[in-house]
This record gives sequence, structure tokens and C-alpha cells, in this order.
Amino acid sequence: MTAHAAPAPVGGRLVTKTTVVLAGMMLAMGAVLVLRLVYGLGAVTNLNNGYPWGLWIAWDVTIGTALAGGGFSTALLVYVLNRGQYHPLIRPALLAALLGYLQAGLSVFVDLGRWWDFWHIFWPTYAQPSSVLFEVALCIMAYIVILMIELLPAVLERLHWQNARKRLDRVLFVFVAIGVLLPTMHQSSLGTLLVVFGPQVHPLYQSNLLPLLFLTSTVGMGYAAVTIEAAISSVGLERPFEKEILAKLLAIGRGLMGLFLFVRLCDVVYRGALSHTYTPSLPMFTFWLENALLSVPLWLLASKKNAQRAKYLFLSAMAMALGGIVYRLSAFLVAYQTGAGWSYFPSLGELTVTTGLIAFEVLGVIVAVRLLPILPAAPERTLTP
Amino acid sequence: MSLDRRDFFRLAAKTAACAAATPRVAEARPSPKLPDEALGLLFDGTLCIGCRACMPACKEANGMPAERTPLEANGQTSAVWDAPLDISGHTLNVIKAWRDGTGLTKDVVHDGYAFTKQSCYHCVDPSCVSACPVSAMTKDPVNGIVSYSVDACIGCRYCVAACPFGVPRFTYDTPKPVISKCQLCRHRLANGEFAACATVCPTGATLFGKVKELKAEIARRRRLTPGSTTTFPRGRLGGTDSYVGRVGRYVPRVYGEREIGGTQVLHLSGVPFELLDKPELPDVAPAAISETIQHGLYYGLIAPATFLGILVAAARRNMIAAGKNPDANPPAVKP
Ligand code: SF4
Ligand code: SF4
Ligand code: SF4
Repeated sequence: MTAHAAPAPVGGRLVTKTTVVLAGMMLAMGAVLVLRLVYGLGAVTNLNNGYPWGLWIAWDVTIGTALAGGGFSTALLVYVLNRGQYHPLIRPALLAALLGYLQAGLSVFVDLGRWWDFWHIFWPTYAQPSSVLFEVALCIMAYIVILMIELLPAVLERLHWQNARKRLDRVLFVFVAIGVLLPTMHQSSLGTLLVVFGPQVHPLYQSNLLPLLFLTSTVGMGYAAVTIEAAISSVGLERPFEKEILAKLLAIGRGLMGLFLFVRLCDVVYRGALSHTYTPSLPMFTFWLENALLSVPLWLLASKKNAQRAKYLFLSAMAMALGGIVYRLSAFLVAYQTGAGWSYFPSLGELTVTTGLIAFEVLGVIVAVRLLPILPAAPERTLTP
Repeated sequence: MSLDRRDFFRLAAKTAACAAATPRVAEARPSPKLPDEALGLLFDGTLCIGCRACMPACKEANGMPAERTPLEANGQTSAVWDAPLDISGHTLNVIKAWRDGTGLTKDVVHDGYAFTKQSCYHCVDPSCVSACPVSAMTKDPVNGIVSYSVDACIGCRYCVAACPFGVPRFTYDTPKPVISKCQLCRHRLANGEFAACATVCPTGATLFGKVKELKAEIARRRRLTPGSTTTFPRGRLGGTDSYVGRVGRYVPRVYGEREIGGTQVLHLSGVPFELLDKPELPDVAPAAISETIQHGLYYGLIAPATFLGILVAAARRNMIAAGKNPDANPPAVKP
């Protein structure tokens, strides 16, 4: 086997039709956020006292960071399990992770009613370590810093600061290790967040194993996202689709989804919630929908031959990502039933902010790969801007 | 099966074993006991006459604004002055009426009606306190009152989502929002006063006192013959005010006695609590389960530290000790 091509900036124009549209979406988000700051959350969101957490938490935070999970699950493979063959994936995955976590952090910040006091979370006299949210917030903040450090080599390379680069290399392993630990902690805790809601969460979803279910599905979703991003950049930037590597990555993801489904089924039986799997309700529907989606890779990639086919890989990754998305949305919004009379559906303002944050992520990726050595250099690149 | 997969699962298994071993080290988070001097309320629905005097009294005592309640009548929406239908960011206490059919007879299930009170239960093991990341919700260790500190609050609304009774309410209508919830009029206790709602209640339907004594009073009422006449304490237990009335025909259950580990606000009723929209809750506090999981995983930070140790060692070996430039193209095959 040959060594991989070193990462290099893709180059090309920054102002294109795509980037202008993305910037426009962010501008719309900015307008909504101004209204939010001036008139309060009620002016732009459909949040209420029955559904105090909405799209910004369920999507931006629990799904946004799960899809960014490729950052830590790929780092785990490359650096901890010493799987060098996954190396070309690491920088794109770390970049996606950083942007995913930044948008999640931003979303939490604007979701906080009393945002000017957000620093209380880090202040010893206020901190409340028994709170699951405390741990989640702390870990996410710390992880953003770690991700920046993990990506620093790309910046230093670009600036040709070789000495700084070498010095950083000597300690980078510590940050890589912390960068695996922190997401392991808070991704499982995103599931634990729901435990204190007790019977307000539907029996198909409420479980003491929520941390395990969230963790396994996060890693799977992370690998799925890495695959999808690779597929998109191979089409969009006309570079080869790293099929062999991605096939192995998805094989792991497939195993994890199998584990997820197995644990979940056992748990439902153990808790005596089996009857809810056939008692018609909205959570029952989402339960089957997400389980069906998550089981797609189990049969689609069952044969060795199919597991190497780009189309099957892409479809499996899409199903895994979608399944994880449905699982999180339903756990936080559909299965959370807080009594009669309450309902929630995201407002236009909330959707504008969420799409604005997605635009921020995509724009961030485009700008970063053009300016920084993130993607492996394509041998003969004929890029049409 | 590829080599990497096996390795991956071996590491996963090791990690899982570490994690599984820790809860044994850590105790399950013990369930707190009702404080000896715990203060609370007894709401006896059979005594409530639905005068709602406690609602404005609560507002006055807590400096809460009046609310405009939209009222649909004859196809038009008019604004009735301060007749809140539910607790909200601006209302800490409401009396709600339930009725069936003609609604003629008090405290009977068929063609009857009944009253109930909604305000904070001051749980023994409160979900709101466990949820709050910044200690803005706290439970007083002596009197057990669950209070809120606006100075600490960051407005995350985890408490709103967590409380199984739907008590904490957030003011969505302002850029400087707060959480509103009954704090058992703790600011009045220092002046020798007590809960405003109990103070004004003409029949003693809302009664203030030490939870232990309130429980004794509940036991007394339930020993009496329904329909007979008795003297009820009014305002607070141990005070001088009283009210002479009929003993209710109570349902066997005392709401709040065992719900999520017990509460300091207890309800007696003449009709089943399900009819009054009181949620059916388990005996075990969700806060205890959540904190047992958290403490189990993070007890003394043993599990995270162990995991980090493994990670650092592995990353060091693969990135430094092997003499490789960590970020520049390691060979595809493991040496
Ligand atoms: S009723 Fe709700 S707000 Fe009141 S103490 Fe219990 S959990 Fe907290
Ligand atoms: S809204 Fe305020 S009181 Fe409630 S959990 Fe968040 S910080 Fe604590
Ligand atoms: S104790 Fe005070 S704050 Fe609580 S409901 Fe009664 S009057 Fe209102």
C-alpha cells in the first residue's frame, strides 16, 4: 500500500453562487437573532412552558453535535487504535466537528433566556455538578477548545510555522486523547439529560440505558456523516471517493448500529415496555421508523460485495444519519409528553436560525478547505470554480 | 472480519468493563429524607369553596403583575382582568375547578364538581434542583423550601422541562426573562408571617404548617366520620384561627405522600386525583435515578480518568513513541 497524499488547500474562489446563498441564509438568521435579543424568546420561537426546549436544543445541539461525532470517532481510529489507513479522513472530520460544535454552542447561547449570565456554568460558586446539563455544557465548551488545538497543525502548516508545528506535535497526543474522552462523556450525557424527565418521556424512550444508546448511535452517526461528507466533496470538488476506507468505517458503524438495536430491544423488553411497540401512538411510529432506518446498513451491507459498492455505502450512511436524527428528534420532542394542552412545532424564526447555523457550517467547510490543508491533495486536480 | 473491527470492539469492551465496574464503587445516590422541620401546605379540596381569595393574595405577596386572560365569548375575544386559568410566568398559584355533567354536587364523581390547587409541591427530592446547572434552584436543608435565585439563573429552562408537575414557568415575553414558581412565601417567614394563600383562606382549605404536623392533621381528618362536624385549624397549624365545618368523604389517597419520593405540599380530595389532572407519578424520584447514573459514571472521576489514561497512553504510543510525525501520513500498514 502506498502512503496517502498530504493534505493541501483546495484553492479556488471564495465568492461563488453557493457561498453567497449561504451568507444570505446567515444574514436571515442574524435578523431573527436581533429580534430575539430585543423582544425575548417568545417573539421568535414557539417555545412554551410545556415544551421549553425546542428545535434549537433537539436539532442544533443533540443532532448537530452527533453528526459532528466523526471528529472524535475518526480520531479514535486513527490515533488511538492506530489505524493509519483512515488518516485522510481525519482533518475533514475534525473540521466538521469544530463547525458542528461551534454552531451548537452558538445555538445554546441564544437559547439561554439569561445569556449574559452564561458564565455561571463555569463559576465554582454556581456550578452544580449533579446536573447533567452542567456536565454537558462544560464538556462541549472544553471540546470546542480541544478541536481548535487539534486543527491547529493545519493552520501552522499553512503559515509555514514549522517550529511551532513541531513543538505542538510533541504534545498533540494529550489533546487528541482528551478530544476522544470529552465527546464520549457528553454525547452519552445528552441521553442522560432525559432521565430526570422521568415519566414525562414515553416508555419506549425513557431508559436508564439512554447514555449507552446515545453514545453508540453518535459514533455510528459520526461515521455516516464522514462518509456523506466524503461523497459530497468527491462530487462537488471532483476528487476520488475513498471507497475502501469508507467501507471499513461503515462496517464499524454498522456493527454499532446493530449493537444499538440489540440493546434497545433488550431494554424495552426488560423494562416491560414491549406492549408499547404495538400500541398505536406517535412515539410508537417514530420508534419503528428510526429502528428501520438504523437497520438499513445491517442488510444493505450484509454481503462482502455490496459492502464495497459506493451506492450502497452512501445509502447506508444516509439511513444511519437519518435514523439517528429521527431518534434524537423523537426522544426530545415527540416522546416528551408533558401533559394535555401543550404542543410545539418550530416557528419560522426557529427554522431560520437552524438553517442559518447549517449554512454557517457549510460555508465554514468551504472556506476552510479552500484556504487550509484539510483535504488530501488530488494528484491532478482540474478544478473548475 | 477486518482486523480494525476486532480491535475496535476489544477497546469498546474494555471501556465498557471499566464503566460497568464503577457503579459498584459508587453508591447509588441515596434518597434524601424529609427534613425534620420541613414546612409545607395541606390543601383539602373538600374544604375549598372556590373563592380564589388565595390567588390575588399570592400575587400581592410576591409582587406579581395581574394578567389579562383572553376570554372567548359570543365569538369575540375580550380581556378579562387577572383571571388566570393556569400558573404562568406571572402567576404562582391557581385554584382550578373540575366538573362532571350538571356539576351540581360538590365532591362527587357523577354530576359533581371539585376544586384543586396548583402551585409548587416542594418535593423532597426535587427534579428542578437536580436539573439546574447553576444552583439557581436550591432546597433548604432545614425547612425544605425549594427556592429560586434569579441572580444565579441562566434561563436554560431545564427545570421547566424536568418538573413532573409542570410548576416552574418561564417568562417568554420579555428579553430579561425569569423563572416563576411558588417559594412558599419564604420572604414572609422572617417577619413571623407565613404563606399568603393559607393566611387568607377562609376555610383552612389551604393550611400552612410543619409537614410532620400536617400529616398528623391528615390522619386525624381521615379518622373522623364523613359528614360529621369538626373544628378545622385555619391559616396555620398551631395558630388560633379555626373554622367549623363538615368532614369530607376523602378518597383513600393523599396526593404528594409518595409521588416522586414525597412532597411537602399534600392534597386531600373528595374525588379521585386523576380527575383533577394530577399526574400519575412513580415513587422513585427521577432525580435520584439521574444522579445515580451520573455519579455512577463520574464518581470521583475514576472512570473518566481511567479512560483518559488509556487514551493518552495509546495516543502517545501511536503518535510519538513510534517516532512518527503524528499528523503527516503514517504508513497505511501498522508496523
Ligand atoms: S414541584 Fe416542581 S418546581 Fe416544585 S420542587 Fe418539585 S420539581 Fe421543583
Ligand atoms: S432556567 Fe434557571 S433555574 Fe431553571 S434550570 Fe435553568 S438556570 Fe436553573
Ligand atoms: S405559598 Fe405563597 S407563593 Fe406559594 S402559592 Fe401560597 S401565596 Fe403563592
